[in-house]
Amino acid sequence: MEQLSIKHVTKRFGRRTVLDDISFTLAPAKIYGLLGSNGAGKSTLLNIITNRIFPTSGTVELGNENINNNDDALGKIFLMSEANLYPKRTSVRRMFDLANGAYGHFNYQTAERQLKLFGLDESAHLNDLSTGEQTIAKVILALNVAVDYVLLDEPVLGLDASHRELFYQELLKSYQAQPRTFVLSTHLIEEVQQLVEHVIIIGQHKVIADSDVQEMLDRAHSVSGPARLVDQYTAGLRVLKVEDIGKLRTAYVYDDLDDDRILPDQVQLGHYDLQHLFIYLTNGGENNHD
Amino acid sequence: MQFKFDESAPLYQQLAAQLEEMIFTGAFEEDTQVPSTTQLSQQLHINPATVLKGMNMLVDAGLLEKRRGIGMFVRPGARQKIMEQRKDNFYNDYVKKLLVEAAKLGITTEHLIELIERGEHDGTIKH
Repeated sequence: MEQLSIKHVTKRFGRRTVLDDISFTLAPAKIYGLLGSNGAGKSTLLNIITNRIFPTSGTVELGNENINNNDDALGKIFLMSEANLYPKRTSVRRMFDLANGAYGHFNYQTAERQLKLFGLDESAHLNDLSTGEQTIAKVILALNVAVDYVLLDEPVLGLDASHRELFYQELLKSYQAQPRTFVLSTHLIEEVQQLVEHVIIIGQHKVIADSDVQEMLDRAHSVSGPARLVDQYTAGLRVLKVEDIGKLRTAYVYDDLDDDRILPDQVQLGHYDLQHLFIYLTNGGENNHD
Repeated sequence: MQFKFDESAPLYQQLAAQLEEMIFTGAFEEDTQVPSTTQLSQQLHINPATVLKGMNMLVDAGLLEKRRGIGMFVRPGARQKIMEQRKDNFYNDYVKKLLVEAAKLGITTEHLIELIERGEHDGTIKH
């Protein structure tokens, strides 16, 4: 399997820049999280990667080949999106058949088991389904298409908690049966934090983080205690946010701590999760104590 | 089997620590099979690479062993090994902390010994 490279992709709609010089690489057989606030350009990016829309500049390459109008390369990348691209009276089964025709080797056996699991009828027409049921149908489709790269745009949209659980479980089953790359673009960061190995965060239309999840979390430290001591201890470090409750200050650091600094007794160290890291990173309110 | 995770340490370390605890308490007996990476990953919704990393920590520590084509097993003697390890750490993990806290509270060593003796007799420890 080859890697999928997004190289300097910029997209403008009129005067509005939606994506600004985006570059990152997706490796084979890995689960990625693509995170960004509303309107950050995630869907636009996924559409560009699958050649549904064109970038203003930049390229997307699978191995060394540009994917633009490249059927061979595009046959290895599948996008499950919010948009319903099917004609009106399309049944779930027909949707599977279309994917089988386009990508080949559709895994009907697993798809049928999953339909039963989620309680969906393959003869149901997409238009008659609720938002959640449409999501289920599309997710099952995406999990069983024979491609190297599966891009999932809001894969749990409208799903209740138990169906989300089932989806995460089926995703891992599918991944383990046949390791390939999944990209989960979602708002539910807490739910996917343990699931994804690597995270790409888009903020202000640029890539603001591209890192292994554990590495990111290892650098996410909370430092709390009396304000003066906290400031001293975090001086020169990258502090994303400072919270004061009375005289107690908590600084959210995204940096490696300096082991040589002496930690005062009144200051406590902790960690914070991906959800908060995401919020602090994308809110842009960066405080640098010097 | 109940796993609980928080932000205190890397996920794979927490997973390894909890599996170790299960071996120590006998929830996983020696010479028996533990759940596979695949099972744990699917049940806990954790990336397989993370689970594998946690499992490998226990393999490296000599607590688990891979049996080709069958799966992961608790190594004979694993419990004893954990016991020794914890004994080694007892001074650092418990005694030192106890003394630091006692000093903060102004509890004398004599009083501390009294408290320990009281704990022995009031049913805290089940014999």
